[in-house]
Amino acid sequence: MAVSRPSTAAPDVTPLAPPRPWTEREWMTLLRRLVRRRTALFGMLVVVGVLLAAVFAPLVSPFDPLEQDIGQRLREPGWQDEQGRVHPLGTDHLGRDILARIIFGSRIALVVGLAAVVISGVLGMIIGLVAGYFGGRLDDLLMRLADIQLAFPFILLAIAVIGVLGPSLRNIIIVIGVSSWVVYARVVRGEVLSIREREYVHAAVALGSRHWRVLVTHVLPNTFTPWLVVATLDMARVIVIESALSFLGLGVQPPTPTWGGMLADGRVYLSTAWWLATFPGLAILVTVLGINLFGDGLRDTLDPRLKV
Amino acid sequence: MKSYLLRRLWQSLLVLFGVSVVVFLILHLTGDPAGLLLPPDATAEDIARFRTAMGFDDPVPVQYLRFLKGAVRGDFGESLRHGEPAMALVVERLPATFQLAGAGLLIALCLAIPAGIVSAVKRNTAVDYVSTVVALLGQAMPTFWLGIMLILVFSVRLNWLPSSGRGTLEHLILPAITLGLFTTARITRLTRSGMLEVLGQDYIRTARAKGVGESPVVWKHALKNASIPIVTIVGIELGTLLGGSVITETIFAWPGVGRLSVQAIFNRDYPVVQSAVFLLASTFVIVNFLVDVVYTYLDPRIRYR
Repeated sequence: MAVSRPSTAAPDVTPLAPPRPWTEREWMTLLRRLVRRRTALFGMLVVVGVLLAAVFAPLVSPFDPLEQDIGQRLREPGWQDEQGRVHPLGTDHLGRDILARIIFGSRIALVVGLAAVVISGVLGMIIGLVAGYFGGRLDDLLMRLADIQLAFPFILLAIAVIGVLGPSLRNIIIVIGVSSWVVYARVVRGEVLSIREREYVHAAVALGSRHWRVLVTHVLPNTFTPWLVVATLDMARVIVIESALSFLGLGVQPPTPTWGGMLADGRVYLSTAWWLATFPGLAILVTVLGINLFGDGLRDTLDPRLKV
Repeated sequence: MKSYLLRRLWQSLLVLFGVSVVVFLILHLTGDPAGLLLPPDATAEDIARFRTAMGFDDPVPVQYLRFLKGAVRGDFGESLRHGEPAMALVVERLPATFQLAGAGLLIALCLAIPAGIVSAVKRNTAVDYVSTVVALLGQAMPTFWLGIMLILVFSVRLNWLPSSGRGTLEHLILPAITLGLFTTARITRLTRSGMLEVLGQDYIRTARAKGVGESPVVWKHALKNASIPIVTIVGIELGTLLGGSVITETIFAWPGVGRLSVQAIFNRDYPVVQSAVFLLASTFVIVNFLVDVVYTYLDPRIRYR
């Protein structure tokens, strides 16, 4: 005899399932679309290349980036030393291999880029969510704060603060990270303004969800794609700022190789050894161009309306 | 319209107030302004005496009010290195920075707007591709590298243009190009996309349908409507130009506010740093307020908001 049990409503089945995370297939679709755009593909290859170079720097680098050899100073690109080792991009004023220093320099650029983008991205996401969702006076206050932040010529504020705190990897990341939240906040806030009027948000509120729950499970996932696009493009900006700080002598201190620091060294030898300043700058240019193209591709694929 | 402008004015004042707080806090970041302002070899007694003399023992809000009282009169204290009022030193350098930023902006506008329009009108032709590629490169190129490469080619190799200093028009060329390129690239891309959007509108089709020639359609009907975002970005780009002057002036030994502030940071001359940051940030706020005023004339819809 079949026992009919009283039907228990499963408490974990809510009628308003939060947007699920992307499945592997969806990521593959995105990847395929990106590959089909030639410029985005180029950007992606550059980004992957720089990432690999940074991670496997000791393996791919032909020389030790710190190894000095005064006898071999200021040698031209393609110079071959007595042991038959070739310096493809030449050597600097202390006889160090330039290619090796560029490869190791990518580590600082990427570490600062990633860490600062995570800090500013999370900060901007929180501020944007709160401002857009709650609106009113809080929104006004946060947006005035954004105006204040934007009023400062960024580089000047950064060098002033780093000049006071002292240059170090940690300080650079904190200064860039804490002062770059505005773009994220504005884009996320803009998205939230339209999301909070959707039926599923109203329904969630009507069903008694707390505000933070609505924010985290219903609003946040839908702001993620524009956020990702902004983060990608902002990474390029952060890398330029890091090298500008290093160029001014306010970045990670020598002997650690940084692209900006190499440029500053090379500037002194401009009339005799052009390669010192030329190649690190090319490294920045190619990396930033790659990230920008990749970011543009992401934007066009994920969210063509987005204006960033 | 009046209430809109009044509201914008009030917001600008609030922003200026915030700017003053941040500038004040720069000196208090480490918690020990006396230690920052005195040379590293100062004795503990010296520091203690200095703290009392400067009022650093007072509560921070009291110190801020004192700072603000000075700031509204342009008094940020004396330069520790030059013994002159810090603000006067900065103001003295301001014309050089404005000249450079103005020249950079002029180059950007003269190149970018025609390039953007041609790109949009002749979409997907060789002209469009070339201008797009140049704009992409311009956005990816670090200012300091561009400046150094220009010096390498035009000063070191060709010996055509001076690589440093200020004086003749020739001194202005390389720094202005260096400073203006990023802005040129930005405005080119913006003009192109703005024009493409406007050219697809119904009223453009109407204008063409009623027999208006192609060039008045582009230059009158389309450009007028595409100009609004361009005016906005000019205000915002001014911040980029003023900030970029820090790097460009350092490379070309241009005697402006940017170079002065970099030197001041290395000399630990913080009153000068504070004056420079405050002055440049205020300039940005004021210009953007003025841009909004211009805006209400360009776009009557804003007046009724």
